[in-house]
Amino acid sequence: MDGQPNIRLQIQSNTLFLSGVRELVYHVASRVGFCDEHCGQMALAVDEAICNVIRHGYGRAPDRPIWISLHCDGGIATPDTHGTSPTTALRIVIEDEARQVDIATIKSRDLDEIRPGGLGVHIIQQVMDDVKYEHRSDHNGLGMRLTMTKVRGPHEHSGPAETDDQAEDASGKASAGSACSDAASQPKDQGR
Amino acid sequence: MSTNGKLDVQTAIAGDTAILTPVGDIDINTQPVLAAAIKQRQTENGIIRLVIDLTGVSYMDSSGVATLVQALQTARKRNTKLVLAAPQQRVLTILQIARLDSVFRIVGDLESAKSV
Repeated sequence: MDGQPNIRLQIQSNTLFLSGVRELVYHVASRVGFCDEHCGQMALAVDEAICNVIRHGYGRAPDRPIWISLHCDGGIATPDTHGTSPTTALRIVIEDEARQVDIATIKSRDLDEIRPGGLGVHIIQQVMDDVKYEHRSDHNGLGMRLTMTKVRGPHEHSGPAETDDQAEDASGKASAGSACSDAASQPKDQGR
Repeated sequence: MSTNGKLDVQTAIAGDTAILTPVGDIDINTQPVLAAAIKQRQTENGIIRLVIDLTGVSYMDSSGVATLVQALQTARKRNTKLVLAAPQQRVLTILQIARLDSVFRIVGDLESAKSV
């Protein structure tokens, strides 16, 4: 992996912690300049990825480790950037120490079949711009790594990074934040 | 963004219609609460329509979608109706991603749902 993450978090594989991770991802994405819609999509993707680790990697064991790393590619705002976020993309890495699986078997299922479950991989691929599954090579033959990247759209480069006041205002709102005007905010394939 | 990851489900009965009002996040942790409420109402005698008012759901992941799909399957088996009312955009989006927005009956407000 290139570069140290801006944030690295370790959680236990307990579903109780999912909402906290979602909130973290949402707010970090917001602070580095993503619109509300994309922040929500990244939170959803991370949620789905962690659920897959918990269910399929760890068989719902609640005490196994999961690592979440956030990389603000392009850098983060400093006093020198004059309030504009230089972050070009948010790269999110999910790692575990579960048994390694054949990556070719990690794929979306047929959506024409109306049945519960099996949507996590599809959702991740739909909302993130780049998705890569790998075997970890640093963990005694165990562990998977999922790298998901979301690129800031052109409309997200037009404004400054969120100020502290704006962050406080946003945290009190439900999903009534600014909608993306970017076409990329729509599901990638609406029909066949 | 969310209501601290919790989910509360209120229930109301209006004639032959049961109305469930979940408020909060529907994820793998909270979906059993919704699933239990759905199961209870769908198996009640005299209920031909189950409305799930999604106005207060600020977040839903594929676990929530799976719960709704199971409810739909049950409704079809029992020849009853299932209507989703007033989903927030974020919830509607995940249904669209899953290509279920045309499978479920989705209406924009609760009153319309009661007469579907």
